[in-house]
Amino acid sequence: MIALVDYGLGNIQAFANIYNRLNIPVSIAQDGETLAKAERVILPGVGAFDWAMSRLNQSGMRECLDDLVMNRKVPVLGICVGMQMMATRSDEGEVPGLGWIDAEVKKFDMSNSNQHTRLPHMGWNDVAASEFDDIFGGMEDGSRFYFLHSYYFAPARQRDVLGITDYNGRFASAVRSGNIFGVQFHPEKSHRWGVQLLKNFAEL
Amino acid sequence: MLRPRIIPCLLVKGAGLVKTRQFADPKYVGDPLNAVRIFNEKEVDELTVLDIDATTEKREPNYTMIRNLAGECRMPLCYGGGVSSPEQIEKIITLGVEKVAISAAAVETPELIAEGARRVGSQSIVVVLDVKKSGLLRRQEVFTRNGTRKTGLNPVDFARRAQDMGAGEIVVNAIERDGMMGGYDLDLVREIRGAVSLPLTVLGGAGSYDDLATLIREFGIIGASAGSLFVFKGKYRAVLISYPNAAEKAELLGAPAN
Repeated sequence: MIALVDYGLGNIQAFANIYNRLNIPVSIAQDGETLAKAERVILPGVGAFDWAMSRLNQSGMRECLDDLVMNRKVPVLGICVGMQMMATRSDEGEVPGLGWIDAEVKKFDMSNSNQHTRLPHMGWNDVAASEFDDIFGGMEDGSRFYFLHSYYFAPARQRDVLGITDYNGRFASAVRSGNIFGVQFHPEKSHRWGVQLLKNFAEL
Repeated sequence: MLRPRIIPCLLVKGAGLVKTRQFADPKYVGDPLNAVRIFNEKEVDELTVLDIDATTEKREPNYTMIRNLAGECRMPLCYGGGVSSPEQIEKIITLGVEKVAISAAAVETPELIAEGARRVGSQSIVVVLDVKKSGLLRRQEVFTRNGTRKTGLNPVDFARRAQDMGAGEIVVNAIERDGMMGGYDLDLVREIRGAVSLPLTVLGGAGSYDDLATLIREFGIIGASAGSLFVFKGKYRAVLISYPNAAEKAELLGAPAN
């Protein structure tokens, strides 16, 4: 069963609808008891870093989530701020991140950009994946996803980078560290590419 | 490569969708959830839904409807209408909406922009400016309450202020072009574009794919939004939901298909 972590942020219903159409069972986890049964975990997110971290910390699921991901090595997919929370810290806030991946979240530096529209990075952009044997399976011909953010995930280890996107320079739009996956874009709002990615994650 | 966005804008009145002309004469065009399902199939870039009665009727946003729409959308959703407090902004984001549009409240209390951005992040705060020419000199002015209330504000100055307050996107809506399908007000777009570096989305006047292409050709990364263009067909305004297919879109973006 895939558990959607419902800490009050992110589009739980959009994920549930996509998986329902794929006939893949999901549970919506609002407490540790439900979450503990998960074989896969999706950590969604929309909003500011501190707001998201505070809500997750107050959800009663933090301890269980850390245990699932770090000890039991259950595959987890963080989305947007859900990905950013996996880092140790963020330029956007003060609250410490989950620290699952050695990474920081930084604000885009657009000072050297000659393009007119700067931040947020908003809209459909390409993701160049470095591997196609996990979440980017079937997307060898390219994929595009919807982005909506002003901060980006900067992993300390180059080998954790799974996908790259160009926005005034290249940044890690997808990462993988063992059982931990993160994507900066919104697969739940990215039509067939997003559906494919979510299906791939379910079938890992 | 980041692409320009082509965005249908749906107007909610009561439980149904309508399309207006110059902010008046609402014509019923269908059911919101049904429209979302059709736009899913057409793989639209984004969708905007504006409840045009919420503010004038002084009522809360219809959270049940918003939740249902957000869950059904397989593309990003921007919701606007009746939003006047940071708590409402938070609540709408928790329902699964990516972006919240504020209009009258942003004009009356610009601090709402800053507080909303602080809580949910700038990327999710959209400021909508309804603009029309006003006064003897026919200067562009921001209006609120479905175009009925003058604010005395110049749209360029206010767009700059909204950016300084932490907005993540500006939508500029030309009231006199609404539903007229005669093309966008490109002079207005040039003025606003020159003043802010935020993502800018243009609404009001698009009557053909050529109008979208003209906007995108001049401004590059921009949001080209329209209502009538995507819900009506033909001069008798028969209701038919449409959206450029992959080939048409590539042509109007001047980019290779994919």
